[in-house]
Amino acid sequence: MLALFNALVVRDLRLALRRRSEALLPIGFFVIAVALFPLGIGPEPQTLRAIAPGLMWVCALLATMLSVSSLYNSDHADGTLDQLMICGHGSFESAVVIAAARSAAHWALTGAPLVIAAPLFGLMFDLPPPTIAMLAFTLLLGTPILSLLGSVGAALTLGLRSAGVLVILIVLPLTVPALIFGTGAVAAAEGGQSAVAHCSLLGALLIFTLLTAPLASAAALRLAVE
Amino acid sequence: MQLKGFHNPGGDALQALSSASITAAPLAPLAVQGLALERGSRRLFTDLAFELGAGEMLWVRGRNGRGKTSLLRLIAGLGAAANGQILFDGKARAAQRHVVYVGHANALKEDLSVSEALTFLLRIHGGRLDAAAIDAALGHWGLLAQRQAPVRTLSQGQRRRVALARLSVERRASLWVLDEPFDALDADGIECLNALLGTHLQRGGSVLLTGHQAALAADLPRRELDLDDCGT
Repeated sequence: MLALFNALVVRDLRLALRRRSEALLPIGFFVIAVALFPLGIGPEPQTLRAIAPGLMWVCALLATMLSVSSLYNSDHADGTLDQLMICGHGSFESAVVIAAARSAAHWALTGAPLVIAAPLFGLMFDLPPPTIAMLAFTLLLGTPILSLLGSVGAALTLGLRSAGVLVILIVLPLTVPALIFGTGAVAAAEGGQSAVAHCSLLGALLIFTLLTAPLASAAALRLAVE
Repeated sequence: MQLKGFHNPGGDALQALSSASITAAPLAPLAVQGLALERGSRRLFTDLAFELGAGEMLWVRGRNGRGKTSLLRLIAGLGAAANGQILFDGKARAAQRHVVYVGHANALKEDLSVSEALTFLLRIHGGRLDAAAIDAALGHWGLLAQRQAPVRTLSQGQRRRVALARLSVERRASLWVLDEPFDALDADGIECLNALLGTHLQRGGSVLLTGHQAALAADLPRRELDLDDCGT
């Protein structure tokens, strides 16, 4: 099972390396979207500072959704998913491992770069260093949740037409708690209050998603290959 | 129904052999009992039953849409039957018996090189292999020169060869489930696959396949299962 997980993650990273431009699309989207807001809203530092954390969270959310909707599509189309699903002769455990591995690879390719890019944009919005640190930390806790939930949506809509939009409609409402606690923690840090409560809840949400989302994805994947 | 529409080009000796193995009851690598399959509201087959012993090949035939691929996928472990059961060595799950499934789709990633794609397929099925074994398998299929080439540069026939090269690595007496394996292969490829099937049957492996009978070498012992006779 661990061999299956490793093989899948290594393959995904290698494929991303072969198609660098495609792998960079989500982060490119994030950069452009975040950079557009000061142009649209105006250059007042006070306003920008106030909206920056929420804005970056929403852009991270959308950037993740953009790439997650096709998580299983190519594997489904070329028969790789069939081969993956019959590892362990179609057992539920191997399907869970597949879902977990795909989510992990997706986070490494989308979530992790967002966590790294966010502080740079924090500087652009003139956020104080503690706020930037808190923003990066909440994204570190929050982006895996987005990848895991996105995997459920992608598995549920596998093989459907207009799956891309459907995934976003299914998954975005589920990400609301992560968004609330993530931006709440940053707001608390900005206001000089303790952000421990928000971070704890976000961490609990991550653990809960980590335990349940791969199971849900696995069940959906098994339906998809039937 | 019990092996209706079954005929035996291998002669009476094989018939006697297979019926003897049923009465002596060493557990068959694959036994299908009372299997029914539905696609939407349509019933593809009901009460399908057959056994596949060690060293036996079963050729599944039937008109388009009779459920050949669905049956093979079911046996490979994809999807669920409406009714009935599939037993591997007498057990519901293929715990010991290794099943190798090569489907319609080749399951090769366009951006991986030929040897990477093959290594990945073998690794996810728990194979621990060195580069020499991979090269030997590719050499067997005449693809050694292309082993560093991306899969997207290969022709359909070459892709089929890479997918089938998995079988060359196999040393176990496993159950091979092959869906139209001869598709897109040229005369050389067909000969190569026939030789592999022969070796596999000799070491006690079992094969379940679909496809054109013309491609299958005449000297390979086989039984036939006609899905046209099993419909409702």
